[in-house]
Amino acid sequence: MSKLISSVSPHFFTHRTTRTIMIDVIIALMPALTASAVIFGWRSLLIVGVCAASCVISEFLFEKLCKRENTAGDLSAVVTGMLLAFNLPVTIPVWQAVFGSIVAIIVVKQLFGGIGQNFANPAITARIVLMTAFSGTMTHWTAPVLPHDAVSSATPLAAAAKGIKESMPPYLELFLGNHSGCLGETCALALIIGGAYLLIRRVISWHTPVAFIGTVALMSLFCGRDVLYQVMSGGLLLGALFMATDYSTTPHTKWGKIIFGIGCGLLTVLIRFWGNLPEGVSFSILLMNILTPYITKLTRVKPLSGGVKA
Amino acid sequence: MRLHGIKIPHKKNTAGIAPVELPIPSRVRIPMSMHIGRTSKVIVKKGDTVKVGQLIGQAEGFVSSDIHSSVSGTVEKIDEMITAGGDRVPCVSIVSDGRQEMYEGIKPPAVDDFDSFVKAVRQSGAVGLGGAGFPSFVKLGVDDLSRIDAVVINAAECEPYITSDTRTMIDKGGYVFKGIEAIKKYMGIRHFIIGIENNKREAISVMQELAGKTDGVGVRVLPSLYPQGSEKVLVYNTMKRIIPKGGLPLDIGVIVTNVTTLAFIAEYLEKGIPLVSKCLTVDGSAVKEPKNVIAPIGMSISDLIEAAGGLKNEPAKVMYGGPMMGITVPSMDEPVLKNTNAVIFMDSREAAPPKTTPCISCGACADHCPLRLDPRAIARAYKTDDGEELEKLCVDLCMECGCCAFVCPAHRPLVQTNKLGKLRLREYHDELKAQKEKEQKERETKAEKEKKTAQKGEVSHE
Ligand code: SF4
Ligand code: SF4
Repeated sequence: MSKLISSVSPHFFTHRTTRTIMIDVIIALMPALTASAVIFGWRSLLIVGVCAASCVISEFLFEKLCKRENTAGDLSAVVTGMLLAFNLPVTIPVWQAVFGSIVAIIVVKQLFGGIGQNFANPAITARIVLMTAFSGTMTHWTAPVLPHDAVSSATPLAAAAKGIKESMPPYLELFLGNHSGCLGETCALALIIGGAYLLIRRVISWHTPVAFIGTVALMSLFCGRDVLYQVMSGGLLLGALFMATDYSTTPHTKWGKIIFGIGCGLLTVLIRFWGNLPEGVSFSILLMNILTPYITKLTRVKPLSGGVKA
Repeated sequence: MRLHGIKIPHKKNTAGIAPVELPIPSRVRIPMSMHIGRTSKVIVKKGDTVKVGQLIGQAEGFVSSDIHSSVSGTVEKIDEMITAGGDRVPCVSIVSDGRQEMYEGIKPPAVDDFDSFVKAVRQSGAVGLGGAGFPSFVKLGVDDLSRIDAVVINAAECEPYITSDTRTMIDKGGYVFKGIEAIKKYMGIRHFIIGIENNKREAISVMQELAGKTDGVGVRVLPSLYPQGSEKVLVYNTMKRIIPKGGLPLDIGVIVTNVTTLAFIAEYLEKGIPLVSKCLTVDGSAVKEPKNVIAPIGMSISDLIEAAGGLKNEPAKVMYGGPMMGITVPSMDEPVLKNTNAVIFMDSREAAPPKTTPCISCGACADHCPLRLDPRAIARAYKTDDGEELEKLCVDLCMECGCCAFVCPAHRPLVQTNKLGKLRLREYHDELKAQKEKEQKERETKAEKEKKTAQKGEVSHE
């Protein structure tokens, strides 16, 4: 008889793996990807493909070079690539998209130790780097290829900030995403479907998105802005559902998640209403990423070590 | 507050089948340690004839257990074996004569008060049959009975596959309640709670019916959420009391006993036959006919599976107990122990270890720990050799239930790390103690030196 395996318990395991989680996220991003192809044309698919491929290749090559265990198979680089692409304008030159992907994977993720170790969200950080380096191409918005009502190709948020009433698209167009903006962020409907899928699959929990979006909505109400408009435009839904729920860069505790979401919401509103930039989601998430270790420490749950008779 | 837990496959394939008595094997090997505490002392020698129920190992010290022969026959040899815990213990091999003659001394014990009750439990050889193996007479022999206000009867049986407790409740429900009556009578405890997971309909209805006829017994049907049957979780979910870290249920006025243990004690009080055989579940993906069997203690696992209908696949992993906390055996020669409630045989597919990948910091481990520990942080503290942090994270609280390792998508060996973390914490405590002693000594020698120089000063002064 062959030798019996000796191992420490447990001997049963979940079927979920890092890879299946990433596949779930990719599935959840599909509606938004489809929407972007419809709204902005085939070039959006090209950009998403370029980013995903360059992320995977960067990860593969870097790990080869450092003789680290290869993790390209876990598909997390694909997710990073897709999220980065979703945060770019469809007109971005391909080489800039590749550059952004390399920054995301090598500088933000791998140099900090790879999956699970990085403190900042790779896609968001890379987007901010691109925005600083190539502010021209990064804010070059084109109008959707579909027929639409808005006159100019300014993003809805920029339009709202400038108070150009006539160039603000109506709610329905906003909800369906038929307006200019980053290629994956415009269609609220698709993002909500994807987010719901992640919630149902228990890949993410409701705490961060609800706190984040809720804070933005409440603050908008408070400041006399159009609540629905603020929630559905810009990168809020994409950020709250897909980026503020990233595992390694956000707190794990229930209260930590809520604090994180509220923090993101407040910063977003601060930047949107009083800052020089029309959009603040990326910056707010990055800032809160930096605070994450402290929030985690602050909200750590006490072990059930017991004591007196209840 | 609700405790976390996990939903796992139940696989209670054998719950509906009454246990079958196995034929007696030609030989049994009975180790002198099948319980928590001191190894028992062998009191037979090679060549002795023994009968069923005859004492062969005597309890030593305060926490130990009597051990009896499970067959009639001749002592073949007394050698050593290595237990699953890694200790070398004496082991008595007995060749069976096939007649299963009862030892002459067997008769119902005379019990009329608390002391004689505890003595009888001691002589029965009873240990925690749910798997823990803690000697029952130590658990029941409480110094101060007024501290105890309730007995929680653990019938949760939350591990996959295992149904031996379920069968106890169905087949020997009467004995469970006789056990309750005995505890009432001799220990004066009035309040009993039977905790059962809701996936055991038949057992629940038997218990509820009997409880209806008895004062002070409540049947608490609990959700099937692993690890419902772990002591800490069960006591919390039935009594809303928290067992303190490093403490016992006793500290919060509760005795927790496994349902089969209680039924066995009651049966012993009636018949006087000590613990010589065990009802256990034989199941797993490699087993041909999953079933419950009654096997003599000391029967080898290979004899057990042969008598129980054999294997359909080559076993890759064999364990005492269920898949969540079971202990793997190094070979099929290992014997059935007193506290064996199941032997699970997994084929290579079921036993295939999952691939370990880097931690993705998802927090699932901490989200599912019933005791609210953070295994990810513990793993980090262990890796950086940070004893202080391990102390803060209460690694010593971990009951190794395996929820964290079960849910981890990266399949990190979290239970293993926790075990190592506990050892590291113990070392850290020793180091602290040694350091304190050293400092104390230094202070003393310094004080002495000062005294001496002071004296010298006085001398020179003169
Ligand atoms: S094994 Fe320990 S750390 Fe893991 S879930 Fe169980 S008690 Fe918590
Ligand atoms: S469950 Fe596994 S992957 Fe997730 S944080 Fe815990 S150890 Fe890391």
